[in-house]
Order: sequence, then C-alpha cells, then structure tokens
Amino acid sequence: MKRVTREAFLVLMAIPILLWSLLPIYHIFLFSISSKDSAFSGALWPDHPTLRGFGTIARQEHFYLHHFWIQIWNSLWIAVAAGVLTLAIATTAAFAISRLKVKGGRSVMNLALFTYFIPAAFLAIPMYKAMGAYGLLNNRWSLVLAMVTLAAPYAIWVLKQASDKLPFELDEAARIDGATPLQLFRLVYLPLMTPSMVAIGTYALLLAWNEYLYGYLLLSHEQTITLAVALGHFIAADDSPWELLMATGLVYALPPAAIYYAFRRYMVSGLTSGAVKA
Amino acid sequence: MDSWQTWGVILIAPYVLVFLAFVLYPVSYGLWLARHPESYVKLFADPIFFRTAVNTLVFLGVAVNLKFLLALWLSGFFVHERAWIRWVSVLFLLPWAVPSIPTIFSIRFMFNPEWGVINSVIFRLTGADGPNWLNDPRIGLGLAMLTHIWKSLPFWTLILIAGRMSIPREQYEAAAVDGASAWQRFRYVTWPSLRTLYLSSTILSMIWTLGDFNSVYLLTGGGPADLTHVLATLGIRYIRLDQVDMAMATIVCAMPLVLPLVYFMMQHLSKGESS
Repeated sequence: MKRVTREAFLVLMAIPILLWSLLPIYHIFLFSISSKDSAFSGALWPDHPTLRGFGTIARQEHFYLHHFWIQIWNSLWIAVAAGVLTLAIATTAAFAISRLKVKGGRSVMNLALFTYFIPAAFLAIPMYKAMGAYGLLNNRWSLVLAMVTLAAPYAIWVLKQASDKLPFELDEAARIDGATPLQLFRLVYLPLMTPSMVAIGTYALLLAWNEYLYGYLLLSHEQTITLAVALGHFIAADDSPWELLMATGLVYALPPAAIYYAFRRYMVSGLTSGAVKA
Repeated sequence: MDSWQTWGVILIAPYVLVFLAFVLYPVSYGLWLARHPESYVKLFADPIFFRTAVNTLVFLGVAVNLKFLLALWLSGFFVHERAWIRWVSVLFLLPWAVPSIPTIFSIRFMFNPEWGVINSVIFRLTGADGPNWLNDPRIGLGLAMLTHIWKSLPFWTLILIAGRMSIPREQYEAAAVDGASAWQRFRYVTWPSLRTLYLSSTILSMIWTLGDFNSVYLLTGGGPADLTHVLATLGIRYIRLDQVDMAMATIVCAMPLVLPLVYFMMQHLSKGESS
C-alpha cells in the first residue's frame, strides 16, 4: 500500500513538471503548423494543420525572411568556427598547463576562471567598443572571436580537470623514450582526451549557435547577421507574423536540440563533473 | 628553459592572446571610458536607474533562490530509479537545450493580453478579461523571473542530481535501519553532503543571472515605460542610445555586487583544487 501511494505521488509530481517544461515549446510547434487565421483560436490542435509556413520560409517569401538562407548559413558558419577554434585553443592550453606544467600556467587558469565569472551581458559592452576599435564590427569573425572568448575559460577548466586524471607515468615513459612534447600531445594526450573534447566542442558550438546578445551588438547588416538576430527583428513591429516567427524559430531550435540529445551522455557527465567536484 | 617549457609557452600563447585582446584590453578601455564622475551623476539622476537597481536585487534574491529550492526538490524526484522517470528527465531538459529566442518569444505570445492563449482560456472559462500581463511592470518583471527559472532550472537540477548521486548509498541504508523519516533522511544525510554544492551553485547562478539579458529583453524589452529593466538590459539600452560612458558606468555600479561573489567563487574553486 505504501509503495502504491509512493508511485502515485511520483506520477502526480511528473504531470506539472512536464506541463511546465513543454507548454512554451508545444506553443511554438502549434503556431508553426497553424495558418494565419487559426493561429489565435486558442485550440489545442489546429483545425487544418499546414506546413505552408515552412514553404514560405524556404522560398524566403516574406519581408522578414528575404535573407533566411544566408542567415542560417551565417549561424552555422559562426557556430562551427567558434567550436573548432575554442577546441584548438583550449586543448593546447590545457595540455600546457596540466601536462607540461608551464610556468605561470596556474595564473593563466585563474585569469580564465575570472573571465568565466564575468556576467556575459557586462562583458558585451566593452567587447562591442573593442571590436569597433579593431574594425571588426559587422564582420562574422567578431562574433566568432567573442564566442571563443566566452567559451574558452570553461573549456580549459574542464579539459584541465580531465587531463589531470590521466596517469603521469605515461609522460615519464614518453620522456624516457625521447618523445618530444608534440609527440606526447599527438600520440598520448589527444587520443585519451577525445570524449572530453567532444563534449567541449559541442558546448562551444551550441553556445555560439544559441547566442543572441553578442550577435545583436556586433552584427547589423542583413547579410551578416545570424538567424538568432534575424528572429529578434520580427518582434520590432506589432503586426509581425507570429506563425512565421514560430516556424522559423522551430527550424532554428531543431539542430541544437538534436545535437544536444545525440551527445547527451558526453555533455551531462563532461559538463557537470567539474562542477560537482568543485 | 628546456624544450618542454618552450612548447608549454607556445601552446598556451593562443589563449593568452585571446585574453589580452578580448578581455583585458576591452575591460581596461571600458573602465577608462567610465572614469568621468559626471557619468555617475547623470546615471543616478536617471529615474530608470534606481528602479533598475531595485529590479536587479529582486531578480537575484527571489528568482535565484526560488529556482534553487525548486531544483533541490526536483533533484529529489529525478534520483528515483524508474525507466519512465528517465524519460521525464529527457523532456525536462528541453528548455535548457532549446535556444532562448523562440521559447521566450513563445512565452511572450502566450501572455499577450489580446490574442495570447492564456487570456483566451481565461475568457472562455470565466467570461472576464484576463490581466494585462506584460503591460503591467510588476507582473512583467515577475514573468521575466519565471522565464529565467524556466530556462535555467534544468541545468541546476542536473547539477544537484549529480550531487545527490555522489552521496554513498550506505548512509541512506543506515538511516533506514535507524527508522529515519523522509524529513530526517533529508536533514541528516542529504543536506549535509549537498550544502556546499548548493551554496556555491547559488552564488555562481547569481553572478550569471546578473548577466541574463535575454529573459528580460526578449520578454518585456525593458518596458512598459522602461520599468522592468535590470542592469544587464539597461547597459545595452545605453549602448543603443550611443551613451557608452553611461553603459560602462552602469556596469561599474554593479561591481560592488559582482566582485565579492566572484571572489567567493575563486576562493571556493582553489580550495577544491588543493583538497
């Protein structure tokens, strides 16, 4: 009897949790398959579900969507570039700090952590001025570099934690065999670090794909903005087409959700292990 | 200097360059722009600023703590080992996995007083018009806090689940043998092991919440009448008005709040490192 009440209690808890989590997302889905007139009826399922919105998007047939394909390409390009660059910079830095014990490595780690703790919206303001000084405003590289700056500290932290766990006897053995630091990096370090690197690369990629504020500040031309910034433009007018905005939003949200679920195991264990240990 | 140190310097150099070019230089330049006392006089004279400061404190005090109480409670739900609960957790993580823009706009539409689904349901059930939601500054800020909680609750729940999983099972078995109630199990087994993680996570979340631009900007845009701004959106508002000195002054005013929290986190992490 006690067991049954416990199970019933768990189910009762699950219902509000699911409603709370899924309602806004279901609302996006509902709007994106509704026609303009039926979108506001408040029904749980549209009378005549339609995929016409997605056709309008693909053919770029609306004022807000004239540059849809170039904008989604920008998002992809920036996310991949930020992911690859973060991975390259963080992997080498973590190797230098953790395995080569470079002098001053600890201070660099602390500076990186300090950056990690600066609220993102606060750093955005000086970053915007600096990008202006570098002449990078409205250049896709400005967003890539900003994202690398934001993602690298956490990436270095997690990779250093993972690297510290590898047995140091490996390095000793490699040294005695006359291996160079680069050989140690390539033949020992990289293969053993692959799982953490997958997690960190995905983390940086998703961070850049999902970013709104930095894109909004650094990019302003219709041809250079990301899809996130373009979605923000929709809301500027009161008569904006909600059903198209939601359909575009769905297209924009699907890749990160899919990537996230594909790499869920790596992500969750890789990203939370550092936090719990600390 | 041997070749290992030389390679160490070469391999760490790219990050150091990124730090110098995109953190140290911008921050120094920004602080230099914020050096004029007149900026602060102007900022304090702006009635929006005082309101914003209060909003920010409310946001940190209420939203973050509410979020952590919920996360603590939910982590207790998700540690139950059931196949169906694993599926619930997969769906529960969606708000965190999906980008903010579409979901926050979706919430914004739901609460639209004229066409939104919430008010049309209220109208259908009661025949009366629902509240003005986002056009009311207090409700607007409240909804921004709920949006923030909706978005970041899964992440912190995940952290606390990981914390609960690392508590040795024997402790619970021993408590069960002693006939401990659910509350006693929490009070004497779970909480002592989870406390440090809970507090440091709260602090870290407060720092990040200070930088949460999206939950407020995408939902209310700071309105109505600029009454729902927080420091993060106010700074960006000044940038858009081309008042960079005011934007930087806003950030400098947040430093007495940020720096102690950051100091605490740095201390906490270096302690974790050495132990």
